[in-house]
Amino acid sequence: MSLFDLIGHDGIVITNEENLSVDATLELTCSALVASGKVEESYVDAIKATHKKIGPYYVLAPKIAMPHARPEDGVNETALQLTVFKKGVDLGSADNGDVFFSITLAAIDSDGHVLTIMALSELFQNDDDIETIINAENKTDIINILKKY
Amino acid sequence: MKKILVVCGNGLGTSLMMEMAVKDVVKKMALDAEVDHEDLSSATGSQADIWVAAADVATQLQEMGKENIISLINIFDKASIEEQLNTILKG
Repeated sequence: MSLFDLIGHDGIVITNEENLSVDATLELTCSALVASGKVEESYVDAIKATHKKIGPYYVLAPKIAMPHARPEDGVNETALQLTVFKKGVDLGSADNGDVFFSITLAAIDSDGHVLTIMALSELFQNDDDIETIINAENKTDIINILKKY
Repeated sequence: MKKILVVCGNGLGTSLMMEMAVKDVVKKMALDAEVDHEDLSSATGSQADIWVAAADVATQLQEMGKENIISLINIFDKASIEEQLNTILKG
């Protein structure tokens, strides 16, 4: 079991789009999860609503975001989506700057995903792997890293 | 024993990541402390000796009248956690 098992080939989205709005960005970070039916549209709405209320709570560190809402906001299956913003997106985090790498977390319950959180935590602290993912030209390079966690 | 409470917006994910980082620092510093996490809405009625939160949530804790708050821009920044812990413990 690795992070790749929860993301899958189709769960990796690489975009060159620029100047995306916050709402458009959040929609993109959930696009594969919605398309595969792992989360409902309501999950994206919940993330947008929380952002409007408390700001970019999911920007965890420079370049890194982890959008997430609660299981009851519309999660059908525990899954992750990885999104790379080649040009970066401004989500309003004055301190951490633009986001280039995002992993959307969709958990079916609040207790069962502790191992996933631990693996993500390790990945987010490995600057070399984060840079490789952001600069990857294809999904294979990203998948090779995800299999390590 | 000090009680350290890690707080995030909705108590799912982020606070757990911060709790792990804080526990690492506590262990490294050999502090006698228990570390737990909860969401911002439950934090209103909670008591703790030291609070830990991402910068935006930390501001809200301050507005609630909480004291001894460790505010993190990068939630994985263990050096900053240690530095702020030291400042609080000396005060």
